[in-house]
Formats: sequence, C-alpha cells, structure tokens
Amino acid sequence: MLGLASYFAFFLTVALTYGVATLGLNLNWGAAGLFNVGVAGFMAVGAYVSAWLTAAPVASHWGGFALPIPLGWAGAMAGAGLAAAGLGAITMRLRADYLAITTFGAAVSLQLVARNAVWITGGPFGIAFIPRPFERLADRPFGFGLANLGLAVLVTALVWLALERLTRSPWGRVLRALREDETAAASLGKAPDHYRLQAFVIGAALMGLAGAMQAQFFGFIAPDNYLPVITFQVWVMLVLGGAGNNRGALLGAVVVWGLWALSGSALHLVLPPGWQARGASLRVVAIGVVLAGMLLLRPRGLIGEEATVSRHVPPAARAEPLP
Amino acid sequence: MSLLRTQALVAGYEPGLPIVRDVSLSVEAREIVVLLGPNGAGKSTLIKAVAGLVPYVSGEVWLRDESITGVPAHRLVRRGLAFVPQNENVFAGLTVGENLSLAAAVLPRPRRAAQVRAMEDLFPDLGRARSQRAGRLSGGQRQMLAIARALVVAPDMLVLDEPSAGLAPVLVDLVMAKLRQIRDGGVAVVLVEQNARAALAVADRAVIMVEGRVAHEGAGASLLDDPVVAQLYLGGRRQQA
Amino acid sequence: MIGQVVVDGVTNGAMIGLGAIGLTLTYSLLRFANFAHGEFITWGAYLALLLTGALGTVLGGAPIGDLTFGWTLLAALALAMALTGALAVALDTLLFRRLRRQGTEIALVIASFGASLALRSAVEFIFSLQPLYYSHDIAMAVRLAPGMQATEDQLVLFGVALVLMLGMHLLMRHTALGRAMRAASENPLLARLVGIDVAAVVRGTWYLGGALAAAAGVFLGATVQLRPTMGFDLLLPLFAAAVLGGIGSVPGAMAGGLIIGLAEAAAVPLAGAQYRAAVSFLVLLAVLLLRPAGLFGKAD
Repeated sequence: MLGLASYFAFFLTVALTYGVATLGLNLNWGAAGLFNVGVAGFMAVGAYVSAWLTAAPVASHWGGFALPIPLGWAGAMAGAGLAAAGLGAITMRLRADYLAITTFGAAVSLQLVARNAVWITGGPFGIAFIPRPFERLADRPFGFGLANLGLAVLVTALVWLALERLTRSPWGRVLRALREDETAAASLGKAPDHYRLQAFVIGAALMGLAGAMQAQFFGFIAPDNYLPVITFQVWVMLVLGGAGNNRGALLGAVVVWGLWALSGSALHLVLPPGWQARGASLRVVAIGVVLAGMLLLRPRGLIGEEATVSRHVPPAARAEPLP
Repeated sequence: MSLLRTQALVAGYEPGLPIVRDVSLSVEAREIVVLLGPNGAGKSTLIKAVAGLVPYVSGEVWLRDESITGVPAHRLVRRGLAFVPQNENVFAGLTVGENLSLAAAVLPRPRRAAQVRAMEDLFPDLGRARSQRAGRLSGGQRQMLAIARALVVAPDMLVLDEPSAGLAPVLVDLVMAKLRQIRDGGVAVVLVEQNARAALAVADRAVIMVEGRVAHEGAGASLLDDPVVAQLYLGGRRQQA
Repeated sequence: MIGQVVVDGVTNGAMIGLGAIGLTLTYSLLRFANFAHGEFITWGAYLALLLTGALGTVLGGAPIGDLTFGWTLLAALALAMALTGALAVALDTLLFRRLRRQGTEIALVIASFGASLALRSAVEFIFSLQPLYYSHDIAMAVRLAPGMQATEDQLVLFGVALVLMLGMHLLMRHTALGRAMRAASENPLLARLVGIDVAAVVRGTWYLGGALAAAAGVFLGATVQLRPTMGFDLLLPLFAAAVLGGIGSVPGAMAGGLIIGLAEAAAVPLAGAQYRAAVSFLVLLAVLLLRPAGLFGKAD
C-alpha cells in the first residue's frame, strides 16, 4: 500500500516537472505565438547546468561545484534563458517557422554535444549522483516521496502564480494585443520582437527549471533523456490541455504523463522481453496518430481560441486556404 | 439569353454563416454593371463565388447556357470568365511580359503571342515596361497589368473587385475609362466598387446590395440622382469625386 | 586530405541536395516546415530493401560489374521512388490538406512532427533498430587522384543523383508543370485565376518531393546503411540546405546541399565525425544572421 502511494507520489512529482515545462511552452506558444520545437534542448541545458552546479566534483568531467540545490535551479533557469536569448536574437524578426527549425536544430545539436563532449557532460552515460532534495529521508521511501512531491507542488504553484500575475500585467496585455493585431500594437510603440523575445526567454527558462527539477528528483541524467520525442510529448501535453490556458497546461501534463506511464507499464507487462523495444516504438506510433487525430477532429478546443496564421501570410491568402 | 445569370445564390466561407443570402441577377453582353453597397453587404463575396473562389451553399450560376455552379476557379478562365482580385493581383516576382505570357498559356499556342501584343497595344504603358518586375510597378501600372492579365485570354466577361482601391483620383478615372474601352470592345464588365461616383459615371447598370441581398437596381447615371440610392448608400450627400 | 574531403563532401552533398529539393518545394508552396520529410528518405530506403528482396527472386540479384548492387536495386529504386511519392501524397491528403482547410498553421508543424515520429517508429517496429544493408559485398574503391578515392557504388549513385537533380531542374524551368509550380508558390489564388489547377500542383509537388527523397534514401542506404533514424538524422542538414539555398529554389537546394555536404566533410577532420550534424546548425545560424533569404531566395 505504502509502495503504491510512494509510486504515485513519484509519478505525480515527475508529471509536475513536465507541467512546469508545459507552462513554459504555453508562454511561448499560447501567449506569444512562438513555435518552439526545441523544448527538450532547453530542458537538457537546465538539467546539465543544475547537475554541474550541485554535484560533487568528479574526475571524469567538468563541474561538481557542490552548490545547494536552489542555486542549481536558479543557474539552470539562467542557462536555458541565455541559450534562448541567443537563439531568439537571431530568429525573432524572421518568419515564424524559422524559429521552429532553429529551435529544432539547437535541440539536436545540444543533444549531440551532450553525447560526445565526455569531459564536459559525462558523455553517453551522463552524470550520476546528482544530489537529491531531502537526501536524509532517502531510506524512508514514503516520506521521501512525499517530501519531493511537496517540493514539486510548491515550485509548480510558485511558477503558476508568477505566470498568472505576468499574463494579467501590462506586459501580458501587450503580448495579447500583439497576438491579436500586430500592426495596431506596433503602432502604439511596442516593439513586437522585444516582447516576443522576452516571452521566449522566460518560457525557455521554465523549461530549464523543469529539466533541473528532473535532474534532482531522478538523481542522474543522460543525453538520451532529451530526444525529440520529449519535445513532442510536451507539445501533446499543451495541445491536449488547451493552449493559452495555464490550468490546461498542467492538466495536460498530468494526463499525458499518466497515459505515457500507463502504456509503458502495460506494454512492459504484456510483451515478451524480446519485443520490449518494438513495443516502445508502437507506443510512439500510437501517440503520433492520436495527436494527428486530435488536431483534425478537435482543433478549436485544443489549439487556443483563434488560429494564429503566420504573420507573413497576406490577408487575402488567409481567407482562401490552399486546396 | 444573358451572358451571366445567378439564381437564388447563397454563398459564404462557412456553411452556417452565409454572406450572400439570396441573390438573383443577370448581366448582358457588352454592358458594365457595378455592384455597390455598404461594407459587409456581400458584394465581393458574390463575385468571388461566381469566380469559384468562395463556396456556394445553394443556388445556381449560368454562363450563357451552361451552368457553372460549382465549377472550380481554374476552369472558369477557359470558359470565358476572368477575375481580377483586389489585392495581390499580379505575380510580383515575374516581369510584366512574363505575367502576360503566363496568363496567355491557357490559349491555343498560335494565339498567345498575338493576344499579348494586343494587350500591349491596349495598355501602351505596359508595353514599355515589358521587362520590369511587376512588384516594382507603381500602383496605377500594377492595376493596369492586373486588368491586362485577365483580359489577355479574350474573355467574354471581366469581373473586378474594387479596381480603384488605393489609387489616386486621376488614376481612378483612367481605370474607369479603360473599362469603358473594354466594354466597347465587346467584353461585359462587372465590378464591385466603393467609389460609387466614379463607377456610376461609366456603368450601364448598378446593383445595390445590402446585407447579402439585392436592395435596388437601376440604370447607372440615373442612380447618381436617385434619392433612394443617396439614402441607402451615398450618405444623402454628394461625394467629392 | 583536402581532396578526400571534397570527394566525400560532393557525394554527400548530392544526397542532401536530393532530399532538400522536396523539402524546399513543399515549404515554398505550402508555407510550412515539414518535419516528416526525413521519413520519406527512410521509407524510400526500406521500401527499396523490401523490393530488392522481392525482385531478387524474379530478376536474380547479380551485381553489375564491381558494384555491390545490380539491376535489382535500380529497379527497386524506381519503384520505391514511385511508392514513396504516393506515400507523400497520401500523407498530405489524409492529414495536411485537412489541417490546411481548418487554417491553423501551427497545427501543420506539430502534425508533421507527430507524423514523423509515427512513421519512424513504424519502421522501428517492423524492422527493429538494427542496421540493415542492401548487400554484404565489399564495395570496391576507385582511386580518382592521389589522396582521393571513392567507391564505385558512390560514383554510380552520384551519377544517378545528378541525373535526377538535373531532370528536376529542367522540369521546373521548361515544362508547364514547372511553371505552374512556380506560379502557385508565388501566389496560389492568382494561379487558379490563370487556369492552374493548384490542387493538382500541390499533389504533384508532394509526389516529386517524396520520390526524390526516396532516391536520397537508397543512396544513403547503399553507401552507408539503413537505420530507422536515417532520414530523421538528415533533417537538420536538409533544412539548413533549403534555407541556405533559398526557400523554393531547386538550384538553391542543390547548391545548399553541396555546401552543407562539403562543410560536414570538412568538419570531420577538424572536430570529429560525431559533430557532423552540428555543422549544419552553425551554417543555418550563419545564414539566418547574414542573409535569411538564402543564396537564390528573394529578400522577404
């Protein structure tokens, strides 16, 4: 019974970390209309920065400053935010899907570096022995799980509150205005790219935080944790929950993570050992098909209130879609 | 037999939200018909539906004795109906000459060069600007190219969506004069216009649409003095030309 | 050593160029970045694998001369191209076209990402993650010049790639379809008004893009190996090549592919083979910083 409870606590803890990432993506997409296809990359930056800052020194790779966890997490946010600032500075003024390609490329490249730069990142085996919060409780699984969950809930709540304040602030109103009618908002003297860049950076910082939280909760990280399927999962979480809606983002994260974990366990139980890897592939196929189906059948309720068409598409073309 | 006839046409971008609500009108050969009306009346939507760009909900459209209900836009030009949209109405990346030859490509090969030359005769400015990129033309030149592009296939009917939009008054007069010249050459012209005064000066007939239906019809010039029109649309005051 | 870099760069560049042509055309015509394009490469390669197996029993699998493959592979290539083109059209008809009608552009990008995952995982499911090969024969190397060598396989397939790319370029420049594709890319509404069946042009673009991607896949599979991620791993270089060349330009995609191929080959002795893909990313960033329209593109 206690085992089940602590499993559930852990499940919810991880779901909430994805929730934080989804909230970040919601700021990118829901509030500012930015296609960020590099979520996994920003999570990776956050995870590795936090690992470097908090782990004990190790001969095989750089880092190991053994700083307290809160500093690790702050550093993670800064690192991810910085990476986003760099990328955004180059792409923000360009057409919308150049950002998609660039963030995708960044995530792929980052994962490549994580895998190969052994002396920085520990290579394919990643970094282990990352200090976990409430380490003293580690021998009491239920208490440990509950404490971690409490921390996750606290952080998520803080992030959520901060985002709610942000969206209701003047800054948030400008972003909304930009999304509705860019020309009008720009004529008020608000530089659209500035605001979008800020939304991009803050959202990325949250993804970095999520990565850092996971690093601490799991205690180890590896490059293969940050493959494009992670980006895809977070997008599904956002789309399912309803973009533009912070509550929806969190709900989507919990639901999708639940489905993912459940299907994983189900496949694990049902399939014979030789078929495990193939079963994992099938799970991804299913999720891809489900997402496509949702986009086709329930577009309005899922992808926000209005369709955001690329700002470079002229109005005439918007009215007459291609056959 | 009318050249173009619509019957109880209902059309709109979304099936549940018709913009054109029930329009029956006809256009004869060799006349200029102008569609007037307030914003949102459905004038542009009507001609776009006729041109195959907006879906019908119900009703029918005939070109001469053939039904063109539901015929896709790209087939209508071969049937003799040419449409000039309001915006983005030339291939900006191509030259004037390329715009015309691309449009003429639907004609049988022997006729193409002759038709392009005919357009350059009708629009001498364009002939001179043959190798200029269409995107670099002035507003007036571009509008002339847009019309020439449609006319090069020798259609029976030319349909235009607000041809005077964004043009200076002297250019508006030029465009309207050109449309008269085109009508005299044997082509029927249907246009939607906000600039009622300029359009009524050349139109043979005017149709006034309000909220998706035909509210009033009459001979062009007389409508300028028609109190009903003035109240419905011209604001009860004479507009500056 | 420079010579070998050039040889490797050019042969790889041809393959990237083949893949990038389809990507740049659909991007230009339909205004969205199709993340599923890599899967046409993968499916093309694996379909050819199945077809070589099937055809081998009929035609006999004897290789030609010193090549590791024979007419069987070439026939399989042609068929795989035809089938993959059809797959691309099917994907558009079932998924992308419907999303286009609903008008949400972000949905297209996400859907393409999802389709990419689904298609890739389907290959994993059917064939497993293990690398596969068209043939286990050893490829004969040919010495082109001191310090420059290529396998005969590479040379022949490079020739095939060149022919295909040239054919595509001629099609775009000198045929009615090519003119229609360019007009539809520039202004789809106006294209309809000058009598172009834009729906047919869209289908044709998908078909050609998918077919060329399949050829790239067979090229890759024959000269390296087949893996379920083979196409996906090329996505970043493909995007970089398309952006570098200028979206919508076939010569641009070819030139972009060549440059990316050379850049990657040059990076190997400098930074190590593992970082090849990162080179594409750096090139992409450079292009976006300096000249976002690309080499042959128009300034936006």
